[in-house]
Amino acid sequence: MHRKNKLTRYNWADRVFLTVDFIVLFIFFLLIAYPLLFIISASFDSANSTLSASLIPRQFSLEGYRAVFEYEYIWIGYRNSLIYTVLYVVISLTVTICCAYPLSRDDFKGRGIIMVMCLITMYFSGGLIPSYLIINSIGLNNTLWAVVLPGALSVYNMIVIRTYFRTQIPSELFESAQLDGCGNIYYLLRIVLPLSVPILAVIALFNAVGMWNSYFSSMIYLQDRNKFPLQLILREILITNTLDPTTLIGNEGLLGTLMERKNLMKYSVIVVASLPVMIAYPFVQKYFVKGIMIGAIKG
Amino acid sequence: MVKEKTKIISPKGLWDQRVVKEVRRNASLYVLVAIPILFLIVFSYAPMYGVQIAFKDYRPSRGIWESEWVGLRYFRQFLETPNFWKILWNTISLNLYGLLTFPLGIIFALLVNYLPLRRFVKTVQMVSYAPNFISTVVMVSMILQFFDARTGLFNAFTGLFGMEAVNYMGRPSAFAHIYVWSGVWQGLGYGSIIYISALANVSPELHEAAIVDGATIMKRIWHIDLPSLLPTISILLILRCGSMLATGFEKILLMQNPMNLSVSEVIDTYVYKQSLAAALPQYSYSAAVGLFLAVINLCIIILVNYITKWLTKNSLW
Repeated sequence: MHRKNKLTRYNWADRVFLTVDFIVLFIFFLLIAYPLLFIISASFDSANSTLSASLIPRQFSLEGYRAVFEYEYIWIGYRNSLIYTVLYVVISLTVTICCAYPLSRDDFKGRGIIMVMCLITMYFSGGLIPSYLIINSIGLNNTLWAVVLPGALSVYNMIVIRTYFRTQIPSELFESAQLDGCGNIYYLLRIVLPLSVPILAVIALFNAVGMWNSYFSSMIYLQDRNKFPLQLILREILITNTLDPTTLIGNEGLLGTLMERKNLMKYSVIVVASLPVMIAYPFVQKYFVKGIMIGAIKG
Repeated sequence: MVKEKTKIISPKGLWDQRVVKEVRRNASLYVLVAIPILFLIVFSYAPMYGVQIAFKDYRPSRGIWESEWVGLRYFRQFLETPNFWKILWNTISLNLYGLLTFPLGIIFALLVNYLPLRRFVKTVQMVSYAPNFISTVVMVSMILQFFDARTGLFNAFTGLFGMEAVNYMGRPSAFAHIYVWSGVWQGLGYGSIIYISALANVSPELHEAAIVDGATIMKRIWHIDLPSLLPTISILLILRCGSMLATGFEKILLMQNPMNLSVSEVIDTYVYKQSLAAALPQYSYSAAVGLFLAVINLCIIILVNYITKWLTKNSLW
């Protein structure tokens, strides 16, 4: 990444280029940052249902956040999303490692055919309807397993991990472990996995963000509102405009009609929902970049 | 994949013994690998086998295997739907429009690469990755709010220049622009990471030699950077084209409203509405439409792979 920045003398053409370069990047920066800052500012503004492009709240208030905190389903959704995300990360990592480790071993007969089985699924899939029918027919409908299990084995991630096992862990380690009478499972748990923490962390992060942000499979498989993840509740509030009126009983006087309530929360709910990812973002950012690079090596 | 030659050479009896020995020696590996194989069978191969309902008259009471074969009836039904050309055109045009923005990631990477103000560049980069982590639901609701006629940020902004407030989400002509450019807003920075690091790997000697020869930045981009990026660009382009007609479905579904449906109905949303979201789900018909799309997609990836291989010698296979 570090290119030596010698003070090269730029000629006039280069100066024009760099000036334009700076202006374009600065405009781009504003285009990205302004809407993000606007949402945060508007979430503290109780007058956010009038037209304004200002970044300073006109009527500073926490009413929006209060409306969010009082809407019970957001917390149910939050809890569900956390459960699904943790389960998904654990299951997908386990399954992917179970596939990647044997396939990384040269002395494992039959890895060729298993690899082909995996690769085929990267190019062909049954599609939405057959998958839906199969998942229903094995009784996963309206359970969290329909959300968590189907995408758990990502062949792409499996290949990335397998490549890491093959290239980053010296095979001498296995030989000496074998001499010490150490079996495959023990070797995997005690030597391979601890040495692979960087790549496993990256993939866990990718999977966690993916699951936290997903809505479609929950939407088609879950009918019980108490099982809805946060994204489905957000979809109701922000896109289909269906608030559950029963949660308003006793509060009408405080926060007015359904529509007013929706207007009040529309920005704060975005902030609350994106908070976990955004808080983690600065810390994990470099891992994501690293993850892309690892993926790119074996694309 | 290493070919196993030993089986053919050894006599059959010996081969059986070897299998037993191998299974015994690597027993734990076979147990491990059984778990992912189970996942593959249940969640990938069973649905692939289930694709046959596209050629059957699927009745839930009879199940997938017992239903009657009807050949290509449902494919014909789709081709004869009055909306067929409309839906196909929407699918293709939205994706082609999206494809046109493909070079922007490369341009962004080049701009980032040449600007000497490192701290400023780092900040821009870091901020530009952030939208990638916003979920589809939140992204679409941001779009709905920003383009709202009464309270939207976009109308507030255009209002500064004396333009009238417009309900953009109700305008069919605005849909494609909003869909594609919101995608650029969300994915550009993150998508450029791969180019930025490819640029960092370009040998500095090439640039130094070019500078000595008096080459301008534009010339260095054209003669050094772009040729070095070519393999990365071709692979990403093939991958992008391969999933071309299938991308953005979840976002489009959320962006749809009765006013923009004439331009926003694509094959995937149509499949969803005819089956899972329908009061009377037409499973076979929807599976046929889905399969139709999958076949077109496969043809596109083969074609694009062939073309890039011919042009640049880079390909997926």
